[in-house]
Amino acid sequence: MATQATPHPYAVIGKRHIRKDVPEKATGSAKYTADIAFPDMLEGAVLCSPVAHARILNIDTSQAKQLPGVKAVITANDTGDILWGHSPARYDETTLAVNKVRHVGDQIAAVAAIDEQTAKEALELIKVDYEELPAVFDPIDALAKGAPVIHDRYPDNITIQVHNHFGDVDKAFAKAHHIRTDRFVNSKTDGAMMEPQACVAKPDLSGRLTLWTSTQVSHYVQRTLAIALKMPVDHIRVIAPNVGGGFGPKASTHPYEPITCFLAKMTRRPVRLVLDREQVFWHNRARHKYVHEMKTGVDREGYLLALDHLSVLDGGAYSSFGVITTYYNGSLLTGPYRLPNMKYDGFRVYTNKPASGSLRGHGGITNRACFEAQLDMIAQDLNMDPVELRLKNKMGSNDVTCCGYYTGNLSVGECLEAARDKSKWAEKKGKLPLGKGIGVGTGFFVSGAGACVYRSEVPHSTVMLHVADDGSQVTAYSGSNELGQGSDTVIAMIAAEVLGLTVDDIQVVSGDTGRCPVDLGAYSSRQTLMTGHATKKAAEAVRTQILEAIADLFQMPVDAFTLRDGKVLGTERNPEKLKLIRDKYRREHRAFADVPKEGPLTFQEVNRYLYNQSGQVIGKGTYSPGEIQEFKDWKGSAVGSSPAYSTQTCIAEVTVDLDTGKLTVDKVTLAHDCGFALNRTAVEGQMEGSMCHGLSETLFEQMLFDDKGHLINRTLGDYKIATALDVPELDAIIIEANEPAGPFGAKEVGEGCIIPILPAIINAINDACGAVIMDLPVTSEKILMALKAKEDAKTDRFITEIPPNALKLLDIAREISQKWEQNFKK
Amino acid sequence: MKIVINLKINGTDHELLVKPNETLVQALRGAQLNLTGTKQACELGDCGACTVLMNGRAVNSCLVLAAQADGAEIETVEGLAVEGQLSPIQDAFMEGGAIQCGFCSPGMMMSAKALLDETPSPTRDQIRHGIAGNLCRCTGYYKIVNAIETAAHHCSSKEGKN
Repeated sequence: MATQATPHPYAVIGKRHIRKDVPEKATGSAKYTADIAFPDMLEGAVLCSPVAHARILNIDTSQAKQLPGVKAVITANDTGDILWGHSPARYDETTLAVNKVRHVGDQIAAVAAIDEQTAKEALELIKVDYEELPAVFDPIDALAKGAPVIHDRYPDNITIQVHNHFGDVDKAFAKAHHIRTDRFVNSKTDGAMMEPQACVAKPDLSGRLTLWTSTQVSHYVQRTLAIALKMPVDHIRVIAPNVGGGFGPKASTHPYEPITCFLAKMTRRPVRLVLDREQVFWHNRARHKYVHEMKTGVDREGYLLALDHLSVLDGGAYSSFGVITTYYNGSLLTGPYRLPNMKYDGFRVYTNKPASGSLRGHGGITNRACFEAQLDMIAQDLNMDPVELRLKNKMGSNDVTCCGYYTGNLSVGECLEAARDKSKWAEKKGKLPLGKGIGVGTGFFVSGAGACVYRSEVPHSTVMLHVADDGSQVTAYSGSNELGQGSDTVIAMIAAEVLGLTVDDIQVVSGDTGRCPVDLGAYSSRQTLMTGHATKKAAEAVRTQILEAIADLFQMPVDAFTLRDGKVLGTERNPEKLKLIRDKYRREHRAFADVPKEGPLTFQEVNRYLYNQSGQVIGKGTYSPGEIQEFKDWKGSAVGSSPAYSTQTCIAEVTVDLDTGKLTVDKVTLAHDCGFALNRTAVEGQMEGSMCHGLSETLFEQMLFDDKGHLINRTLGDYKIATALDVPELDAIIIEANEPAGPFGAKEVGEGCIIPILPAIINAINDACGAVIMDLPVTSEKILMALKAKEDAKTDRFITEIPPNALKLLDIAREISQKWEQNFKK
Repeated sequence: MKIVINLKINGTDHELLVKPNETLVQALRGAQLNLTGTKQACELGDCGACTVLMNGRAVNSCLVLAAQADGAEIETVEGLAVEGQLSPIQDAFMEGGAIQCGFCSPGMMMSAKALLDETPSPTRDQIRHGIAGNLCRCTGYYKIVNAIETAAHHCSSKEGKN
């Protein structure tokens, strides 16, 4: 499935590169957090709540403390009632439960002991007296009058409500030729990354602390620990070693991080804490459960006029990343189609379930699935081809969305056409036998968030490059986080390109707040663009220092010299000066094997010369998103502003067994606009992984809870994700263009690609059998029920209705929105 | 109470002291052996991250008690490379982009080895079945299946030359 690169002048980027971290990963020598050990290390364990909502009357740890081998037992008495969290305005978490628990799995107490078994035995000796409180598991119950209050600060159980009105939807609907209203629901899903979260905390004699943790965001974890532990930020060093996947759930600080630190501080010994899979399910703040209602109007030719979108997110017990998700849920629908008027009313509601937060493409998945399924139905209603309808409405490059986002380069049409042609859409659409179908979906995603999560003007990325004493290699220091997506390799490729070196010549140190300059980390698909920019600038700073020094010595203009193939080209033009440097180098390295004899000066020779003149060559590069272009009617969806946007099209081909409802996805064609592809193997890897992840969410994934709030399917065997047997044939097409806001024209690929998978499958099912399943996951049972209902109703198309509770929930949300609007207008 | 067991791990004999309830993966990863290349991700045999070869067969080492393995020959990811020379499976995984986060890779490569030891020239479908018990969230399995196919070609062409 190797795709061809567009012709380009680069020596390193735009090609395929073996990742820098794979020799260690392939031999088993790569260390992940749980692999780290110290001689006097203790093992930690956490007591989790067996009930969903309860007041804690008493915790008796006396017996646990007496168990031989137990070194510390801590509760909120030790960790305090300091609130922390993800979005500063909604800090609502404590390190251990203070007076009450809010979901099954909420953390109550923690133990450090000489081994894991002793730590777990000690947990069983902790006695907790609970006064059970009424619990709510559905937002409709949480919003009911007299509902139990989950957080005292939020008496209505609403984490946040967002009302974004762009343009005038009412006026637009009055002119519309055709209007549809459709509704959609999904299930809460898990991240299911392979590596469970793990932490190792180690105190030092000065009272400072180092935490190794499996995180996507070393920087944010460091700051949150400073809050939770009441320590100066830089007394805490956070290191992300090899990380076994993240996908969003590791993009927020996790309670076990401060817990491990407290245990280490109290015992003055290193402590390791590794989550078991059930705890991973409880604490992975992954995909929200959503309800959507979308009213969309088009004119006679199918041009979009307005979207009125009402949505409720089931947030679970804490806000986590969910405030940001609630904004994205509205703003990510403003592209990639020209949508002149959009109204979004979104609510995130607390319930007594594990919290939801961010998961791959968060805030852009279920809303997109609903909208794209609706677009297909609009196309059917107007008797138009669905690809044609999308092409008609596509945004172009240098476009502006209705809320003021500037699109930069955006290859919507190119993606749609490439996927259409490659899949032979024209030969298939409307021409397949009953039970076979083809469907399309398109997506839109940010390439980095325009603003830092906490209110700050901090540059989003700083990279430092440091040339070794002997000039033989360059080390890049970046606080960015490598979690498997390949960012370290991209950093090395960019630095190598600028400095005329190879990827092997560049070492990368990342994810370590103690050694690296700040980078906000791996979330919102930001590192290729932002860390990439900072790397490029740092490398350019190194290059400038080298070239200026040489130009000065050689008494020639700077542009007479070029760094390429490990050499400083141009130095051969002044043999006298060349000899001066080369002779010095030879005298210093008499017995060395690699002393150059002829040709222009090498990178190594020049840097050794500069080192002897004035010390090591060090370059710094910094990136800030800068001014995000604002539209004059901009009404405040800062979440969604980004330096660049990606777009992608998926075309799925399916078979539905009409007797059983069994769905098989036969083939997928996926085209993604990533700007300029820096490492083609990595771009394909993200596309393939996204396809599989999206397919898995569409077909299988759902977290099921009983009526007491216990997770029923709490193993990877019961919570099914796609295996090698489930993935269809895939044609992945990289659509390249120069993104002016990206380094060398590059932008994101990690998250956007999952977005169009879900609607493409839903639309293909509609094409195959006339069943429109507006309810994820799309199980055989749902398809079969829809086919039966379709037969009973004698229609060509049957659209599933959302559950009655979800309908009522929308009524309540509509009522609150109307009140808000009346107040706003006053 | 502890039990003495003998294991031949990656060709070397080891005498170990283990608890009766200690699993093979815990023994491998523990302080005595420190073979942390084998990963633990579910502890229930659902994910395949802890796959090792026991007497030539791929097993989930979280489902085998260390005591049960007494006398067995165990191969782990650390034993794939011989005298610093990477195996064709490792080469193919690295060069083919089959490793992203790398957490499933040790188990995935051991399943691949078990498959190729028994079926040197598998079809793509046989490869997919051979790794059906190994979950991966990063790659979508495409480059993994390709890499195993490449490794098989490499092994068979090398044998052909001999």
